[in-house]
Amino acid sequence: MDRRLFLQASAALALGANSINARAMRGAKVVVIGGGYGGATAAKYIRLMSQQGIEVTLVEPEQWFISCPLSNLVVGGSRTLADLSRPYTSLTKQHGVTHARDVAVAVDPVARTVRLSGGSVLSYDKLVISPGIDMNFSSIDGLSEAQQQGKILQAWKAGPETNALREQLEAMPDGGVYALTIPEAPFRCPPGPYERACQVAFYFKRHKPKSKVLVFDANQDVVSKPALFKKAWADRYPGIVEYHNQHKTVAVSAADGLIKFDVHDSVKADVINALPAMRANKIATQTGLANMANGRWCGVNYQTFESTAAKDIFVIGDAIQVAQLMPKSGHMANNHAKVAAAAIVAQLSGIEPNPQPMLTNTCYSFIDDRIVVHVASVHEYLATERTFKVVQGAGGLSAEPSELEGSYANHWARTIWADMLE
Amino acid sequence: MRTIHMLLTLLALQTILLALPALAIDSIEPQRAGSSPPPVRTGVDIEPQSLSMPPLYVQSLAATCANCHGTEGRALSGATVPGLAGRSADELVAQMKAFRSGERKATIMHQIAKGFSDTQTQLLADYFAAQKR
Repeated sequence: MDRRLFLQASAALALGANSINARAMRGAKVVVIGGGYGGATAAKYIRLMSQQGIEVTLVEPEQWFISCPLSNLVVGGSRTLADLSRPYTSLTKQHGVTHARDVAVAVDPVARTVRLSGGSVLSYDKLVISPGIDMNFSSIDGLSEAQQQGKILQAWKAGPETNALREQLEAMPDGGVYALTIPEAPFRCPPGPYERACQVAFYFKRHKPKSKVLVFDANQDVVSKPALFKKAWADRYPGIVEYHNQHKTVAVSAADGLIKFDVHDSVKADVINALPAMRANKIATQTGLANMANGRWCGVNYQTFESTAAKDIFVIGDAIQVAQLMPKSGHMANNHAKVAAAAIVAQLSGIEPNPQPMLTNTCYSFIDDRIVVHVASVHEYLATERTFKVVQGAGGLSAEPSELEGSYANHWARTIWADMLE
Repeated sequence: MRTIHMLLTLLALQTILLALPALAIDSIEPQRAGSSPPPVRTGVDIEPQSLSMPPLYVQSLAATCANCHGTEGRALSGATVPGLAGRSADELVAQMKAFRSGERKATIMHQIAKGFSDTQTQLLADYFAAQKR
């Protein structure tokens, strides 16, 4: 049989039998908590995949999405937050998503309701939580106080703190020291800290060449793209970036500009950018979904991203207990969202969820304002092992930093923002 | 309610029966080539996916391309990475093979292409070929 004819025939047959059942889904309600890379994508794709059959409410307090990827360029001075911001309006106008501009304060998994801070209560058939991370400030002595005073920042969620960190760097005299402390993995955005070191060094090289970037990493080595980052520091920022592995920060003092480590001698810095340990955001932990790694991350059935702690609740993005070699990245959250969306549409339509979902990931990192490196991977769900594994032989790193990849990185950002919001 | 259940069962049965030839062709063809065990694909070692899988699964598979190529393969205007929607399926399959073999040079796509099997590539190509540009 002619292969083309055969393919067309089988596609047509599949359409008749195993296609989604719009009638079964009509009136079904999905609530999505969180409008980041995961949540916004889930909201859009549930509408798309259900052919607008499922009602979707996105609970997100902000009017504008601000991207964490590329936000290190705001710290480095080559972008503004406005460049990285997109409105949620297209989700509403083009895709019929209801945008509840509010914060979810409580989930009742038994009654299947979400209470918002404004007092209203949303009921759901399926709930998607894409809550992001919380900082565990108590993992570093003195950090909580210094953070509240605005003296020691993280800027690990793009927004006002990103600009505030930039202002601290601008106020620092030439010859000053910027210190970045990195917690043990896993944390949000594995290459993020190392890209930030590049971006701060990029600013110093042009405007404050006597200044230093000190990186104190609790890990054995640079967590992502180690060879590429170390070569970039040596080639492009010699005498500016100093990298120190196995330095676990235990205390900071804003008044003295002091960082204390578990083993090594203390260090003084003019600007301290301390990243503490991270965990799933409060709405997930208080709902009892963070059932892995001593209550830090949310366990999911990887085939669907349904919580292993509560039925009909799907957790996606940085808050989950990751599978092997699965980064906590925006691209990955977007891909989690699509698997969860398809699983929800399948369940509400009365067909089995896809037995073999796939994920891709790409993390671009800017070495300066134009030159970029990447790491990429493809992940397949293995039913026999009930987890995702990277496809062997696929994925990889940049051969070297390049402007061409810089253009692809900018393209990636525009496209993925549209893929989640427009 | 009962009628709906019966209908669904019938539909499911129909799918299984109609899908059988597809599975048979997939598994028989490589055996004809005489090698054993029969690899269905060249690129990667994963479970074969049937070419008659439900459209929702294919849509979900194709969504892994959307981050860089646009939702449903429609690129943004002025994009530096090409769209996939409305292109010939044969051309898309050929490009994926060229990326995998290294014949077509790339910064990243040669690494991503190796993550998808021949069957998945065919499913993706047929899906994108059927999308509006």
